[in-house]
Amino acid sequence: MTRKRSFKVVGHSVAKVDSMALALGGPLFCADRLPRGCLYVRVLRSPHAHARILSIDTSRAESVEGVAAVIHHGNVPRVMRTTAGQGAPEPSPYDFTTFDRKVRFVGDRVAAVAAETEAVAEKALSLIRVEYQVLEPVLDPRRAMEKGAPRIHDEPDARAVIPVPYEPERNLAAHVDMQVGDVENGFKQADVVLDREYVCQYAQHTPIETHCALGEPLFNGRIRITTSTQVPFHVRRIVAQALEIPVSRIHVVKPRIGGGFGAKQEVLIEDIVALLTLRTGRPVYFELSRGEEFISSRTRHSMVIKLKTGVLKNGTLTAVDLDVLSNTGAYGSHALTVACNCGSKVLPLYRWPRIRFAADAVYTNLPVAGAYRGYGATQASFAMEIQLDEMARAIGMDPVDFRLMNHIRKGETSPVFAALGEGGEGVEQKIDSIGLQRCIQLGTKAIGWKRKRRADRGPVKRGLGMACLMQGSSIPGVDMGSAFIKMNEDGSFNLLVGAADLGTGSDTVLAQIAAEVLGVEVSKILVRSSDTDVTPFDVGAYASSTTYLSGEAVRKAAADVAAQIRKEAAGMLDVPVRSVRLKDGRAVAQNGESVTLSAVALRSLYEENQRQIAATASHITKKSPPPFSAHFAEVEVDTETGLIRVIRYVAAVDCGTAINPALAEGQVEGAVLNGISYALCEEFLFDQKGRMRNNSFREYKIFCTRDLPEIQTILVPTYEPTGPFGAKSVSEIGINGPLPVISNAVFDAVGVRLREAPYTPERVLSALGKL
Amino acid sequence: MDIHVNINGQAVAWRANPGENLLDVLRREGFASVKRGCNQGDCGACTILVDGTAQRACLLLAGQAEGRSLVTVEALGTPAEPHVLQQAVVEHGAVQCGFCTPGMLLSAKALLDENPSPTYADVCAALDGNLCRCTGYKKIIEAVLDASGRLRK
Repeated sequence: MTRKRSFKVVGHSVAKVDSMALALGGPLFCADRLPRGCLYVRVLRSPHAHARILSIDTSRAESVEGVAAVIHHGNVPRVMRTTAGQGAPEPSPYDFTTFDRKVRFVGDRVAAVAAETEAVAEKALSLIRVEYQVLEPVLDPRRAMEKGAPRIHDEPDARAVIPVPYEPERNLAAHVDMQVGDVENGFKQADVVLDREYVCQYAQHTPIETHCALGEPLFNGRIRITTSTQVPFHVRRIVAQALEIPVSRIHVVKPRIGGGFGAKQEVLIEDIVALLTLRTGRPVYFELSRGEEFISSRTRHSMVIKLKTGVLKNGTLTAVDLDVLSNTGAYGSHALTVACNCGSKVLPLYRWPRIRFAADAVYTNLPVAGAYRGYGATQASFAMEIQLDEMARAIGMDPVDFRLMNHIRKGETSPVFAALGEGGEGVEQKIDSIGLQRCIQLGTKAIGWKRKRRADRGPVKRGLGMACLMQGSSIPGVDMGSAFIKMNEDGSFNLLVGAADLGTGSDTVLAQIAAEVLGVEVSKILVRSSDTDVTPFDVGAYASSTTYLSGEAVRKAAADVAAQIRKEAAGMLDVPVRSVRLKDGRAVAQNGESVTLSAVALRSLYEENQRQIAATASHITKKSPPPFSAHFAEVEVDTETGLIRVIRYVAAVDCGTAINPALAEGQVEGAVLNGISYALCEEFLFDQKGRMRNNSFREYKIFCTRDLPEIQTILVPTYEPTGPFGAKSVSEIGINGPLPVISNAVFDAVGVRLREAPYTPERVLSALGKL
Repeated sequence: MDIHVNINGQAVAWRANPGENLLDVLRREGFASVKRGCNQGDCGACTILVDGTAQRACLLLAGQAEGRSLVTVEALGTPAEPHVLQQAVVEHGAVQCGFCTPGMLLSAKALLDENPSPTYADVCAALDGNLCRCTGYKKIIEAVLDASGRLRK
């Protein structure tokens, strides 16, 4: 399974290329270099979950000294579109415009003010008079499609732009289904059938840097938008669409990003910034407050999942029926594709002979869901992995053995791959690399799965749980990444990529790939990401794609540049091209003679056959090889207080070749802790009118250092033949484990099944029959 | 009003409005390492040293800094001579997006100035008010412990 390869740069934990500049506190983020004379934006937001705007009077706001512009539905173009930063045409419905005559959740946009200071802008907001006709809201996703439920998108111009089910008249934002074989027959054959419901909650990414963007007029009809985004090229396209101006008038720059996790795969504030920049002719800065980030940016799709499975006593699977109700909130951002991924990133993991999958994404008058690390796989893995645990126990098998027996193997495929893509049909693919068995073996050993369990003492009980996971690597046949590399006099190279490093370290990983091919140290690769005027196109940082997809584009561009260097060097050394290798910053011939890369560059730039040694390459994938992972946890449950404490957590992951093991570990550790935090305490709380009650870090708890369990990451190397140097993805998969693993461990400890998250002390005590 | 502070070793006078918080004044004066993550004292991204103790700049009125000595990450190290803590977070892969890093570093520095031999639990306690969503904290804690060892030598 593992092909032995030795690499000079790839596979080594080189320091992240931007980490020292960040540690020195350099002014590298969007907010850090605001130009003189910058205007500040504040947005008036709806206090109602569902209402029509009957009238809006901004005259008093406009007369406040220091107010430069006020925009609202009456004075900006109405262009229906989606905020989802996806490839065009987007699979998300066009159900959003900059400002609408209707508001659909508490926090929805009503108007925006640009003023000399934030305080003046706030004051102006308070003077805007809005008359609302309050409508009955839809706050329960289970009732959204009921006959007689209020219709949230009754505007005639809301529509889907690809041929997919879209029925706003019954609040259906998206639907997907598939079937393989006769599921009912499979349940009839089964010795044990389980049929359960699982509920997971609204939660948020909470990057420590909120969404922010700076607009600047360039005085040639163009504007520059510097924005904290994962998708600079989609920002350019969607802002152009929103403003009805050509893409050529917009220049988007991605600086360093203070975390995204999917929240910034969304064109959320750039339209307002661009409009106000054009309208005022001045620089305009907009940064969401933390409270606004919670209510008005994006969330994980909360879901109600019905899962029915059948199995024979000997452990053979007979059928699965996965039924998902996804709450997309007021707008359908990523509604369809997250729903698709509930099936496509979970069902192929086991060898189900009969499969039924159906998902509805419904509108409600609650905050808007979107892309969030895990992207549907988190929610569906939660249901599946708890149920497999229950199933294993029902037939008297060890949950580890049950999974070892049934997981997909190398060389196998799943009908789900071809049936389910992201919005349409998928792509048939065979598994060429899988280290799941090894992940399970090493994880089992690390957590001490087989050890004699310690006898509990007193009210605090201990238990172990596990789960297996998969994700994908990029969206096959859809997403494209590209790279441009040019050579400089000193043997360094500029690597220009549209891929968006949002803190993950992708600049470093891509530099390592280029350095490996070009035979130089990472310090010789100068990475620029991303700038729509300068770097070639890339869809951006999402769908676990950058290393696998953009990385292969970089490898191809570097191979092209390497070929040009070898040819040049062969001429200098008077040897055949095929005898020249690039190594340690030199071009070395078989006879041992060599020239430095610097000498090659100087010659090509100034002396002979003068030209720029450079290359560009693009890459699109035909498959989306899954990374695989096995997670294990040991927990303590206090049966008196209901508090769950994770003592140890082990995540063993097969991400193919880890281009940078330390960064890969960092992805796993961050994802796992985010997942634990989500499983135990993160949850949006709403009042009866749909208002979020806990929109601050004081009330919406995320884990900090004191909450941290011992986390062990085990990287299990495999070699994915279609990835750069054998790499697959790693960034998302880790967040999918904690929900099921902790629930399974709690069952092991106290014998109750938690099927509704988060597992708060109240829910634990209630499950124990103590409330 | 004017406020007089010693910032990173230099005595300066800043103009500030009476209601302004210290975070906004610091950022306006060009100390961009002091980050605004919540403006409510919850995230720790604006942590600075005030007379040697780690404090959140967003919770202080600018006027409360009068006569105090302030330290931001701009003064911790330089590209040629980074502070041991900066070196350690880089080497341990403890910087992902880097937005929380300046605040983390100053909380860590305040700890090490007071307690050169912290335990794992001491580090967790000292960094407890600094939120990070990228790293899972593990490599940050390891980096601080490693830095404490190097500083003792």
